Amino acid sequence: MSVDADTVRKVAKLARIAVEDHEVEPFAQELSGILNWVEQLQEVDVTGIEPMTSAVPMRLKRREDVVTDGNRRDDILINAPDAREGFFAVPKVVE
Amino acid sequence: MTDLTSLTIADARSKLRAKEFSATELTEAFIGNVEGGDALNAWCEKTSDLAREQAQTADARLAEGDAPSLCGIPLGIKDLFCTNGIRSQAGSNILEDFKPPYESTVTSNLWADGAVMLGKLSMDEFAMGSSNETACYGPVINPWRRKGDDTKLTPGGSSGGSSAALAASMAMATTGTDTGGSIRQPAAFTGTVGLKPTWGRVSRWGIVAFASSLDQAGPFTRTVRDSAIMLQSMASVDEKDSTSADIAVPDYEAALTGDVKGKRIGIPKEYTVDGMSAEITKFWEEGAEYLRAQGAEIVEISLPHTKYALPAYYIVSPAECSSNLARYDGVRYGKRAELAQGDGITELYEKTRAEGFGDEVKRRIMIGTYVLSAGYYDAYYTRAQKVRRLINRDFEQAFEKVDAILTPTTPSPAFGLGEKSDPLEMYLQDIFTVTVNMAGLPGISIPAGLSSDGLPLGLQLIGKAFDEANLLNTAYALETALDFTAMPEKWW
Repeated sequence: MSVDADTVRKVAKLARIAVEDHEVEPFAQELSGILNWVEQLQEVDVTGIEPMTSAVPMRLKRREDVVTDGNRRDDILINAPDAREGFFAVPKVVE
Repeated sequence: MTDLTSLTIADARSKLRAKEFSATELTEAFIGNVEGGDALNAWCEKTSDLAREQAQTADARLAEGDAPSLCGIPLGIKDLFCTNGIRSQAGSNILEDFKPPYESTVTSNLWADGAVMLGKLSMDEFAMGSSNETACYGPVINPWRRKGDDTKLTPGGSSGGSSAALAASMAMATTGTDTGGSIRQPAAFTGTVGLKPTWGRVSRWGIVAFASSLDQAGPFTRTVRDSAIMLQSMASVDEKDSTSADIAVPDYEAALTGDVKGKRIGIPKEYTVDGMSAEITKFWEEGAEYLRAQGAEIVEISLPHTKYALPAYYIVSPAECSSNLARYDGVRYGKRAELAQGDGITELYEKTRAEGFGDEVKRRIMIGTYVLSAGYYDAYYTRAQKVRRLINRDFEQAFEKVDAILTPTTPSPAFGLGEKSDPLEMYLQDIFTVTVNMAGLPGISIPAGLSSDGLPLGLQLIGKAFDEANLLNTAYALETALDFTAMPEKWW
């Protein structure tokens, strides 16, 4: 599987990572190298095999639907790069 | 007085209880080594003041006779663990100056048992790497060097600060995390014992996530007994981690009888690979022979899907990483890029992530995004999960016949910094360890001996799920026979 420049730009866009023009080609080569290498998985006969979705068999735990934590606004905002009046601040989102 | 910093936890525990020295004296001795070890670049945050306070508290507990095994034991903590009010950056610039207002479950358990924190240890960025070279703090240097050669070697990765600090006697034990080999490979490279418990044995709450179905925390120690002592404290059933197993934590130290009579040890034929050093093959054969001499039965086994574990891992783990790392958006914590006039929220995300993540992390996020994207999901991600099932089945079938599996930890000893520049070549470091993460099993690396150029090599034992007690006991028997006592010669 060869990854071209357009694919790199598309994937970078989906991943929300800005990519400079000069970075596109090296990324394309590296990603192609990795994807070509994982191609060997095509050799494996996986007919009738269920995908493994948990590392060990377990049923997800449940608990009472009650509040266990809260009232920690200041803790939550303490590491924000920009917090004002008890809110996270970001550039204008809605025109 | 003996050098306090060369003691094991087990020795220090009895000497502390016997009042041969105080926790404060022990802590001061380690702080001295930490201060003198800057050349190794293992620590990214030193917490000497906190250590002194904790040591005083430990001394008070010791005086009252209320002293758990770890009371007064000075530890180093991998930067991936969130520690209350103390910088926790996961080796990444995107978490610049992040000080969590909470404590991970693992470190909470350790402090509740009286342990002392000397500081935080460097690591590959978000635990993605096998040489500690992707750390935002710069590479950690292995205290071990080749005979007559001062080339700087890697202490392994991603828990490279943890392995180097322990090997250089800058902590009595350290914590690490292992997603594809990040505890066992660095342990093998530094002549230390590294344990990756069963997935679900140790809570992941408060540990910065990389690939959630593979990540598991564990200890680095000098001995198998110390590993049992550390796991005893680190392991717990945790309501905050819904994947923490509802299985009571057994007494691991009590399991260390050294008796392996009648145990069946599997030797998988697929773990002989091209380019493997003849020395590790020799240690592997000797290890099996030692266990046989103690009454164990050596059985050749087959794990036929071994060669597919690494490529399947490089689909599953980037997929999970791309999802987990979506949270770094420059809004809630960590770094935010400088924005230009007119930049909106999308530029804020894109520029922050471009500046904050290093190349290896970007590569893995992009691979993960690609394999999860429309049109490729089934061909890559679903297929990799099916292959993962087959790898798991190989182990299930093997464990019908054997009690533990013996393999090398790595194909070769520590390599020089900058020696492996190709990502794929670096990924091959984990060829013997990654299978264990894919199957969720416990694995331990113990030092086997030194290569001809004087570097440590490790052997790995793999156990049944949630059977760390028997795994540790087999490792204990092997450790006793191997009798590895070498320490790096101090040059730093």
